[in-house]
Amino acid sequence: MKKLINDPADVVADALRGMAAAHPELRIDHENRVVFRGDAPRQGKVGLVSGGGSGHEPMHGGFVGMGMLDAACAGEVFTSPVPDQMVAATKGVDGGAGVLHVVKNYTGDVMNFEMAAELVAAESGTEVVAVVTDDDVAVQDSLYTAGRRGVGVTVLLEKLAGAAAEEGRPLAEVADVARTVNAQGRSMGMALTSCTVPAAGKPTFDLPEDEMEIGVGIHGEPGRRRVKLAPAREIAEMLVEPVLSDLEFSGGDGVIAFVNGLGGTPLIELYLMYAEVARVLEKSGVTVARSLVGSYMTSLDMAGCSVTLLKVDDDLVRLWDAPVRTPGLRWGV
Amino acid sequence: MADQLDVAALGAWVREFARSIAEHKDELTALDSAIGDADHGANMDRGMSAAVAALEASPPADPAALLKQVGMTLVSKVGGASGPLYGTFFLRMAGALGPDPADDQTFARALRAGLDGVIARGKAEPGDKTMLDALTPACDALEAALAEGQPFGAALTAAAAAAGEGRDATVPLVARKGRASYLGERSAGHQDPGATSTALLLDAAVTALSGSGG
Repeated sequence: MKKLINDPADVVADALRGMAAAHPELRIDHENRVVFRGDAPRQGKVGLVSGGGSGHEPMHGGFVGMGMLDAACAGEVFTSPVPDQMVAATKGVDGGAGVLHVVKNYTGDVMNFEMAAELVAAESGTEVVAVVTDDDVAVQDSLYTAGRRGVGVTVLLEKLAGAAAEEGRPLAEVADVARTVNAQGRSMGMALTSCTVPAAGKPTFDLPEDEMEIGVGIHGEPGRRRVKLAPAREIAEMLVEPVLSDLEFSGGDGVIAFVNGLGGTPLIELYLMYAEVARVLEKSGVTVARSLVGSYMTSLDMAGCSVTLLKVDDDLVRLWDAPVRTPGLRWGV
Repeated sequence: MADQLDVAALGAWVREFARSIAEHKDELTALDSAIGDADHGANMDRGMSAAVAALEASPPADPAALLKQVGMTLVSKVGGASGPLYGTFFLRMAGALGPDPADDQTFARALRAGLDGVIARGKAEPGDKTMLDALTPACDALEAALAEGQPFGAALTAAAAAAGEGRDATVPLVARKGRASYLGERSAGHQDPGATSTALLLDAAVTALSGSGG
């Protein structure tokens, strides 16, 4: 394992020290490992709290700031944060208008956020609503399973619900935006390599030079199937077609098309992939309203990408274009 | 009775579990690498080390306080799914124990309460390829052995054997809960890491508690 680290056990704490040093506009609670907006809590504004395992940067800590999250809890690498952290975050962003928890659908994240909401309810009158993202079409959903994973849509949701909260919409409306975004978005990912968890010290799975995993998540878990490596134009079809067949995306006001890097793939390849994705969308009669290309939800050093499509209307496009100022996303300011 | 399950005996169980988790840390992580996210060994080791450190720093006065402290430490330190699940397990066990040393029947009832807590928190059931596949048969075997009048040590040994069989039986299962479920059919052929750590919990009970109870 070759990594820019001091000690595998200190990776999360050391990275948070770096965020604090690089972004004085944020306030970082190192004891609870929570990244706060410097001006939190904002009186009268709905607070947005997210969080999850570390190793997905810039998500979630890098999305804290004006127009997006008010606080993000950092767990250990690929491990949900604990309820104490979420309680501290929720209290710290409560400006009297309630708090929205943005939770990715993983067993641990859901259970820890549930326990945190129970603790907040027992301790204070803060109203908390949780919205769970589950947009990954690689996972077969069923009543009897953990359900689909929350992946790329989470990034778009944090931007859009964050903009709605910044406009001063009440908690119920911000939560409606969040639920709509989750319902109208779908994703699919693939990996060219495994990732290496610092504490494990070696790649999570072996992937031969001429093979790739289709349907991966963001924690180094293998995908649903392993196939021979193919040109980008074929990979784009393997990713976009299951997304298009899961939800009707043609017609209406178009989509936000998001090509996300998983951490080990250079931007030149992501743009190359975007060209192929745009070609498949055009062929399928899907209009692209806005696009996002880059590594926003990563899986440590995994090479690969995911494609997310989100069906949008005028309101969502307007919320997308609204100003945002965070370490990871920044425009209009 | 001198051989009851008092705070010292339960503390020894927790310490033996922590020692065993540390010893098997790499094995648990390797199992989790195959079908999960390669952190079960590291997470459980971090949590149980913290639980033992808390026992040293502020020794609890009675059995219920001890298991509550262990549960709270796991909820606060572990994260992931293991934190809430093992944390809830110990918290519910604590709720079923009084301040007085437990007898073997009380311990069995507490273990069942812990199991019920895990079911409520995780919404899984036996056969889903989770820790329940070791914990459920262990509870059943402990209760059956005690009902037959077996001594506590023998009953615990039967419970640990049942947990081990349950752990081994997870190999062919297709996971329906937790991260392994994302693999679908590909999760079959691998032993479940949570069932493996739960079997260690029962083995630790045999080592630490067999001389107690009664």
